[in-house]
Amino acid sequence: MGSYILRRLLLTIPVLLGVATLVFALIHLVPGDPVQAMLGEGATPADVAELRTKLGLDRPLYVQYESFLVGLVHGDLGTSIRTNEPVTQAIAERVPATVELAFASMCVAVLIAIPLGVLAAAWRGTGIDYGATTLALLGISIPNFWLGPLLAIVFSIELGWLPVSGRGGLAHLVLPAITLGAPLAAVLARMTRASVVEELRELYVLAARAKGVSRTRAVLHHAFRNSLIPIVTIFGLQFGAVLTGAVITETIFAWPGVGRLLIQAIDFRDYPLVQGCILLIAFAYVGANLLTDLTYGWLDPRIRYN
Amino acid sequence: MEARKGLREALSTPIAAFGLVIIGLAALAALAAPFAPYSPTAQDLALRLAGPSWRHPFGLDELGRDVFSRVLAGAQISFLVGVVVVSVSAVVGTLLGGLAGYFGGWFDELVSRIVDVLLAFPGLLLAIALVAVLGPSLMNVLLALSVIGWVGYARLVRGQVLKAREIDFVQAARALGAGTPRIMLHHVLPTAMPVVVVQATLGMAGAILSEAALSFLGLGAQPPTPSWGTMLNGGVSHLLDAPHLTIFPGVAIALLVLGFNFLGDGLRDATDPKSLQT
Repeated sequence: MGSYILRRLLLTIPVLLGVATLVFALIHLVPGDPVQAMLGEGATPADVAELRTKLGLDRPLYVQYESFLVGLVHGDLGTSIRTNEPVTQAIAERVPATVELAFASMCVAVLIAIPLGVLAAAWRGTGIDYGATTLALLGISIPNFWLGPLLAIVFSIELGWLPVSGRGGLAHLVLPAITLGAPLAAVLARMTRASVVEELRELYVLAARAKGVSRTRAVLHHAFRNSLIPIVTIFGLQFGAVLTGAVITETIFAWPGVGRLLIQAIDFRDYPLVQGCILLIAFAYVGANLLTDLTYGWLDPRIRYN
Repeated sequence: MEARKGLREALSTPIAAFGLVIIGLAALAALAAPFAPYSPTAQDLALRLAGPSWRHPFGLDELGRDVFSRVLAGAQISFLVGVVVVSVSAVVGTLLGGLAGYFGGWFDELVSRIVDVLLAFPGLLLAIALVAVLGPSLMNVLLALSVIGWVGYARLVRGQVLKAREIDFVQAARALGAGTPRIMLHHVLPTAMPVVVVQATLGMAGAILSEAALSFLGLGAQPPTPSWGTMLNGGVSHLLDAPHLTIFPGVAIALLVLGFNFLGDGLRDATDPKSLQT
């Protein structure tokens, strides 16, 4: 297991370097002058030159790239143009809100998807199965930037049960968590169904049933347990959808997380902050994929020796 | 022959047929847009935010524009985005993935590393980053979605080609002296076509959803362009007084995306013998 972890960790380094390089290239090589864009058309050449020097954009590209990488390794992503706050600090202030939302939405997804998927698989080909499958396809097709406002219309405006925006107690968390969790639940439910159906066909399930194990026990204790590996994988892969979904959900519900910070930074053309947010989200995704791979290797020893 | 049989089989499942019906209706809506009762940008300020009525079945928006006519015009934009993004992505991805799989070596290494890095960005994030730097516009959305879109095709086709290269009839064609372009076009790529078609159908849903998301965030089509996402963006500030602004464009997006997902699912079941069993 140790050498497997080490190998996976080493493989991650070039990907992270590639991600950082691509983000750097995006911000620096794109046509047009970002400084002019930040200051607007009315800015004097002197103002432009001053900000350029302040941001270090007057240095040769390779020097900028080198100092960008050195800064990145030291956790220094520059300063926000709008607030003059270090980018790392501005992002760090917003991370807890996003983690809270992501965690809550994953709980929502698991609580809906696993029972739905197992039920559909156990009653495969019946009305329950078709109902669950259609519900899951609906969940994948309904955009969260529509589901969010719809939930707000019903539960905040019509019924007045839940607050419509902001972060606070548990009540504030409900609608954003459902909005972000629903599409994840849909994908997870489909995967759970397929995976349990696959396992139910295995001979060991038949053997268990032949030995007098009840149907419920055969589904839950035997098939479901073994079907967990693909479910864990899809859960890890879907973490990316949670991260980008968070950008949209946070914007809808004015949730003070990293996603909303990114959209605000784009609106203000605060490029150092945009760069920082994108790097953080991409690195978090790479980290989640790494964790998924490691979990997979831990659950299924065959993977480690591949 | 095989593919046609697969297609017929796919469309005989109720879900895929239902998907095709939805797509057909949406295509009709897009074609009917020029004959809509009102211009999508014509304003009747006296009636701004008015709810649905006989003259305006979907009501009017915050600038007094007819929402029904705008939803029809939005269908055109959604189809445009879907077709452009999927065509560019499929062609570029198939070409690069096919060449990488067939030739291997440094070219494969290069393509695979680029794919790895692009896949390290979750979903829309790279598109958001691209549009943030290039500036919000429909054109830049098309560009950004194509830049991230080809990766999926490249990975799929590369895998298929690696498998196909070893199949007997491909080896036989090579032994008979067929050149590389002929082997690629006539023998290797056709084996990859079913997965590309499935990916393209689901890709239509993805592209339409992504454009709407970017436009919703204010990063896509700019007002007064009647993109469904832009319309939703305008509607959210009127959730209280005019919920119809949120409901109708949202239904339109969800239905069309559902249609492509239904069809894609049906096609996948028909082309992938493994998923048929489940």
